[in-house]
Amino acid sequence: MNTPFRLIALSAASVLVLAACGKQEAASGGDVVRIGMASPLTGPQSHIGQDIKNGALLGVEDLNAAGFEIGGKKVKFELVAEDDEANPSKATTVAQKLVDSKVAGVVGHFNSGASIPASKVYADAGIPQISPGSTNPRYTQQGYATTFRVVANDDQQGPAVARYAIDALKTKRVAVIDDSTSYGQGLANAFEATVKAAGVEVVSHEHTTDKDTDFAAILTNIKAKNPELVFFGGIDTQAGPMAKQMKALGITAKLMGGDGIQTPKLLELAGGAADGTIASIPGLPKDKMPGGQAFLDKFKKRFGVGVELFAPMGYDAVHVLAEAMKRAGSSEPAKYLPELKKTNYSGVIGPIAFDDKGDLKNGPITINVVKGGKWDVLETVIPGAAAPAAPAAK
Amino acid sequence: METFIQQLVNGIVLGAVYALVALGYTMVYGILGLINFAHGEVVMIGALVALAVIKPLAAAGVPLGLLLPLGLLVAVCVCMALGAAIERIAYRPLRNAPRLAPLITAIGVSIVLQYSAVLIWGRTYHAYPELLPVTPMEFGGARISVAQIVIVVLAGAVMAALLWLVHRTRLGRAMRATAENPAVARLMGVNVDRVITATFVIGSALGAVAGVLVSVNYSVAHYQMGFMLGLKAFTAAVLGGIGNLAGAMVGGLLLGLIEAFGAGYIGDLTGGVFGSNYRDVFAFLVLVGVLIFRPSGLLGERVAERA
Repeated sequence: MNTPFRLIALSAASVLVLAACGKQEAASGGDVVRIGMASPLTGPQSHIGQDIKNGALLGVEDLNAAGFEIGGKKVKFELVAEDDEANPSKATTVAQKLVDSKVAGVVGHFNSGASIPASKVYADAGIPQISPGSTNPRYTQQGYATTFRVVANDDQQGPAVARYAIDALKTKRVAVIDDSTSYGQGLANAFEATVKAAGVEVVSHEHTTDKDTDFAAILTNIKAKNPELVFFGGIDTQAGPMAKQMKALGITAKLMGGDGIQTPKLLELAGGAADGTIASIPGLPKDKMPGGQAFLDKFKKRFGVGVELFAPMGYDAVHVLAEAMKRAGSSEPAKYLPELKKTNYSGVIGPIAFDDKGDLKNGPITINVVKGGKWDVLETVIPGAAAPAAPAAK
Repeated sequence: METFIQQLVNGIVLGAVYALVALGYTMVYGILGLINFAHGEVVMIGALVALAVIKPLAAAGVPLGLLLPLGLLVAVCVCMALGAAIERIAYRPLRNAPRLAPLITAIGVSIVLQYSAVLIWGRTYHAYPELLPVTPMEFGGARISVAQIVIVVLAGAVMAALLWLVHRTRLGRAMRATAENPAVARLMGVNVDRVITATFVIGSALGAVAGVLVSVNYSVAHYQMGFMLGLKAFTAAVLGGIGNLAGAMVGGLLLGLIEAFGAGYIGDLTGGVFGSNYRDVFAFLVLVGVLIFRPSGLLGERVAERA
């Protein structure tokens, strides 16, 4: 039943490989290496998407300014940026477009719901993909050799924030809400599994959507069950109104979430109701990253705006691709892919190495809280490290 | 018990908004037999126009108490003009065309409005300023905010005014006559074109009020907010008996209550087999159920006159 489809996919892939070969000859003449970038450049998450694009653009500009050489020859990098609108079906279209424009590697996508379907397109074309922000575990579990990420995944993020709820907050009763997207459900389920294993009572698991703004019914239900904490797997555009409605309903439980709600947009949408909201975020705090402050300054100087969130990941992803090409002496995906797997790079976000699935090894996670209308760092967790929960030096 | 009362409050607030929007659908259907699928988008435009007015005024230091009335006023005026324009440009040329043509045009208008909003306001979620006090009041263990009270009271007042207009004024009589038989109404000296324009204008004004109220309540507005709201309101109109004013109000309230209680209790009642992710399904299950068992809606047959 699967065969005709696989045949088509195979033949499509072989056509692409042929096309890629044709391009390679052309490229070796011009010495231009194209790096694809895909993120939501429009829509509710455009602020995050633009941030990634700017990070990647800065990476490409730095490489060019330094006169980067591959196989003893100076090359010029070119960024091909595409808008996936945070939409799964648009993501595959954009991925195909990038493949067709003969990119050597891709930095993207941001949303797990976009990265996962797009990864098949890149895998079929044999083009390495490094996601700067997709945290759903499933992204790297599909068996593709070409998928990588430079953030901790939800299997690491969910448990990390759950450990904080258990150890630091001593929570005994939690309610869980997810937004029915692959990101939100993945995060919520990882959180739920960890707290359950620690003996915390999950009083209810409610669902909403990534378009809804009315949570009165589910929050009323949650209030009746009297949890100490409400965990939301989703993004800021829902978490903002949710925080407000929790306050209006007189729910005293804290709102907790992942990186999707750890944004300035949440503060804007929730106003005063955001206070006390706790959220984890993969990576170190911007200014605590090894290359942090220097990067923040450079970024601000180049683009005139501050770093939102994932720009350092986009910047590093470009460098990780370029370094692998250098070691392989080729920008041909098939040739430098084995080198990419062996990456051991020290980037803005810290040391970058991949495990056999393409996940970031020991990706750090930071727990933040809203205090006085601003995000504040609570502590940093390094999963798998011997001594976790090292308090942030503050 | 507390939870029950709170869900009742949630349902009534939600239902009041559905009812306001449903009236826009039902009025147009009553007179033209047309389902104006662009109505949800008019609601969205109302919310965003009000925001565009409120933001600079708030920055200019206009007192908080004046912002909401001013925003509402401008939104209502803009939407009235928009409603009249939609009718004139998109529907009037198709008045005698087969029924499918205006229906498809309606969907086209809806897309045009949505993407016009994208061009003007972008795709981001806009935070609505807090125009009404958020500190809730307690009633029998349930909490209700000033914004929610304003929604219910204003919706009730607007609906009462509409009933008065339809049943007690010359225009209302002309509307009822047109609904019954446009050809005969014309013979009796009713300016049918003007009546139809008036219907769109009034419906759009109600939609604008609903849009602003929804945004004030959830403190967020965005270009897609009209889509789901419009579908739900349409369901409410069908539930109550489309073409029937009282039906739209009853249908809206009922649908709000069904959703609130459905999403609130289904998880516990089914032992977790079905969860609150079925919330949007309730509305459409109701729609399917009504269409199968009582196509004319709850009040569709008992009340003869339409408007």
